[in-house]
Amino acid sequence: MQQPSRRSLSLAVLGLVGFGLFNYPLLSVVDGASGPLGAPALLIYLFAVWAALIGLTLWLRR
Amino acid sequence: MAATLTTLPAAQVLGVSLLYLGLLFVIALVVDRRAARGRSLIASPTVYALSLAVYCTSWTFFGSVGLAATQGIAFLPTYLGPALMALLWPVLLVKCLRIAKRERITTIADFIASRYGKRRGLAALVALICVVGVLPYLALQLKAVAASFTLLTTGRAEAHGGLFGDTALVIALVMAVFTMIFGTRHLDATERHEGLVAAIAFESVVKLCAFLAAGLFVVYALFDGAAALFAQAAQDARLQRLWSFEASVGGWFDWSLLILLSMAAITLLPRQFQVAVVENIDESQLARASWLFPLYLLLINLFVLPLACAGVLLLGDAVPADNYVLALPMQAGASWLALLVFIGGTSAATGMIIVETTALATMISNDLVLPGLLHRAPTADLGRWLLRIRRAAILIVVLLGYLYFRVAGEARSLVSIGLISFAAVAQLGPAFLGGLYWRAGTRAGAYAGLALGTLIWAWTLLVPSAAATGWLPAQWLSEGPLGIGLLRPQALFGLDQLSGIAHGVFWSLLLNTAAYVFVSLATRADAQESAQAALFVDALRRGAGEPAVALWRGGVALPELRALLDRILGAERGEAVLQDYRRRRGGTVDDNDPGLLQHVESALAGAIGSASARVLVASIAREAPLGVEDVMHILDETSQVMHYSRELAARTEELRQANQRLRELDRLKDDFISTVTHELRTPLTSIRAFSEILTDNPDLDAAERQRYLGIITRETERLTRLINEVLDFAKLEQGGGEWRLEPVALAEVVRDAANATAQLYVEAGIALDLEPIDARIRVRADRDRLQQVLLNLLGNAVKFAPRGLGRVQVSVTADARDACISVRDNGPGIAEEDQALIFEKFRQGGRQSGGPLTGKPQGTGLGLPISRHIVERLGGRIWVESRPGGGATFRFTVSLETGA
Repeated sequence: MQQPSRRSLSLAVLGLVGFGLFNYPLLSVVDGASGPLGAPALLIYLFAVWAALIGLTLWLRR
Repeated sequence: MAATLTTLPAAQVLGVSLLYLGLLFVIALVVDRRAARGRSLIASPTVYALSLAVYCTSWTFFGSVGLAATQGIAFLPTYLGPALMALLWPVLLVKCLRIAKRERITTIADFIASRYGKRRGLAALVALICVVGVLPYLALQLKAVAASFTLLTTGRAEAHGGLFGDTALVIALVMAVFTMIFGTRHLDATERHEGLVAAIAFESVVKLCAFLAAGLFVVYALFDGAAALFAQAAQDARLQRLWSFEASVGGWFDWSLLILLSMAAITLLPRQFQVAVVENIDESQLARASWLFPLYLLLINLFVLPLACAGVLLLGDAVPADNYVLALPMQAGASWLALLVFIGGTSAATGMIIVETTALATMISNDLVLPGLLHRAPTADLGRWLLRIRRAAILIVVLLGYLYFRVAGEARSLVSIGLISFAAVAQLGPAFLGGLYWRAGTRAGAYAGLALGTLIWAWTLLVPSAAATGWLPAQWLSEGPLGIGLLRPQALFGLDQLSGIAHGVFWSLLLNTAAYVFVSLATRADAQESAQAALFVDALRRGAGEPAVALWRGGVALPELRALLDRILGAERGEAVLQDYRRRRGGTVDDNDPGLLQHVESALAGAIGSASARVLVASIAREAPLGVEDVMHILDETSQVMHYSRELAARTEELRQANQRLRELDRLKDDFISTVTHELRTPLTSIRAFSEILTDNPDLDAAERQRYLGIITRETERLTRLINEVLDFAKLEQGGGEWRLEPVALAEVVRDAANATAQLYVEAGIALDLEPIDARIRVRADRDRLQQVLLNLLGNAVKFAPRGLGRVQVSVTADARDACISVRDNGPGIAEEDQALIFEKFRQGGRQSGGPLTGKPQGTGLGLPISRHIVERLGGRIWVESRPGGGATFRFTVSLETGA
């Protein structure tokens, strides 16, 4: 337990990637459009990325 | 339009709320009882993850929808940040947990003060920032409860009721009582409040269920599903603009800043530090929290925008948007759901109030009140006083929150109040992060950063808020104080591109960080500080269970120490602390033991905070203050000792394994010796028997005598052969003997070996087939050794092939590099598990049944091991292919002579 494990580090990197995905310029791609169910595409995109992050965390945690 | 809302009688709502709070009491009580009996409930990682959801307050429950109704996705950054932060927990929070457990940290103020040399001044500053910063946030909770109560009972939106019968006050007081009971159970603030945490986890479930129920009801009962709702919303001019980012937070930079701000908040808010670090039982709880907590946040945000759209469509301006969640079911006449939503909102508020006041009360008592008390009050049993102070602090904090709500909380929306608190605790960020990862960060730097950051925070965020309520002249905002435009609170130094909160956060954190870094670089840390810096920054280098390093030289008179412990912790606890140390040391305690001082300091730190504990122990310790070099020396020593002990453990393991191998070899050697002596005894016995016959019967006839002598001669030869084999093997083992490598024609060697054993085969009635061998195949080998291998294999084969029906075949194949010689018999075969063993020295193959005297072929069992040695030394490989009942084929390879 000297240094953070590989798994911990990959989660941290996932966090950094997530920060990128939650920000400009990617958000500008979906800005203003309507997505599935007629909901704002911005919202759908953010929730989708969020859910994917949770899924990946679970997968990395196996 | 307000008239269409279905209301409920105030008495009924109040009754249900009190019942719900009573349920919380019961849960907390039961769990505390169980914990006292040693059956912890909160050790579950799920409970831990749920308790972290205390992050979701009335702000989330009511405020998010309110915000979404006007600014679309602006409500989200507050939850995206924590969801991302959860991914960093395995790196960041694990470190905090290690430190907090070892240093017995009680609050975030204690944590920061401890990192920068355990000074009370710094602890007090951080505590003050927390109390002042978080008060508006507490007020927000009370406002939300009051507003929802008024709406549910009267259908009107204002939060004011009469002072008597004011629900906010009633709920605040009940919460204060709850917190006083369950939040101050132990003097030692590092001990867990199991009942409290269980109640919080339960509240998290309630608020999530209530919010999801409201969402599902509105989307599927009031509209025909999300698609229908959004389709209708898209037609509405007020809602259409919510689809674009522009409507939300102002700009991309504001958005990023808000995500970062909430990342800071989830780590630094006093209540989050309380549940995540202080109440944590084990690091392993983090694993589930790192996905369950983000999932919780996702779920509770799922229906925010649909609810906001529905609210605008159905209610419009009839009620404030912050109340849509409650008003929508009321308008639909679903009073049961309205009541559930009210309870959910109350859960969100009370959970926050309980944990926040617990954390704040510990800070107030330990860091703000106690330092003054220590010098003046010589009272015995200070501990009991401390608990009373904590309880009083809880009441005061809750009442201050109420006061703030009454005086200033009316005008603003829930979210804007909350964000001001976020920005306040974010000021702890630079000192906190730097403290964890930057050894050169100093106390002076921390002071400078915190002070400057908080000042800017107050100027850019508090002043506009105060000006809005008329407490400060409004032209400060428009023209700047004394007409200095550069100092306008909402456009500091002319920066007017950012929204209010982002503007404040940007300036305060930028200047905070800059001050922290530059002042740290310009100042030098003292001894205590350097030691703590090393302990914090290198926290993960030390093992999880190791006790704190004793940063004391010299000792203390035991009676004095005892008196100190009694005064703070009471006689009973004091004795227990000393006993604990005696037990760990295995018996006596010595006056001059630095470890004892450390132990007592730790025990006190859990109760009164690290800064005060340090001061108290220092006041009775007989020591000259340590210099920076002494401290570094102690730390180096301990880290070296740890390094050595780790190395020692590794060496011990190596030795243990070597020892085991030796024992095994020893056992095999014993087996071998007994086998060999057994084999030697057999011929000896017969030699002796026949010699005796000859001696005792001198008148035996010549033919008989001749026969006996023949037997004796054969047995002697056999004995000689055995001894030769053993010697041969020993020589091979030692790698001795001269080898003459030369080109050898394989066909010749095989023929010679066959001729040498021909007699054996004839006697046993076994056919020996030599397949024709290409005379050009020449291998590089020592001729005699190669022949020895062949003789061994042929000798073995004849022993195992059935007499009379036996058949042994010898064949040779060659590829580009090696020749492969096979000797096949049609004997009983060899079990698979024995196939590798028979080549090992000292082991005789299991292909024969019975003991050495019953049908076991003659020999030491060294034939195959010898062969293996020879083959391997010649650069080849030997193996057997067989299955029981199917005969055995021994094969070995020898390198071809390439030069020929």
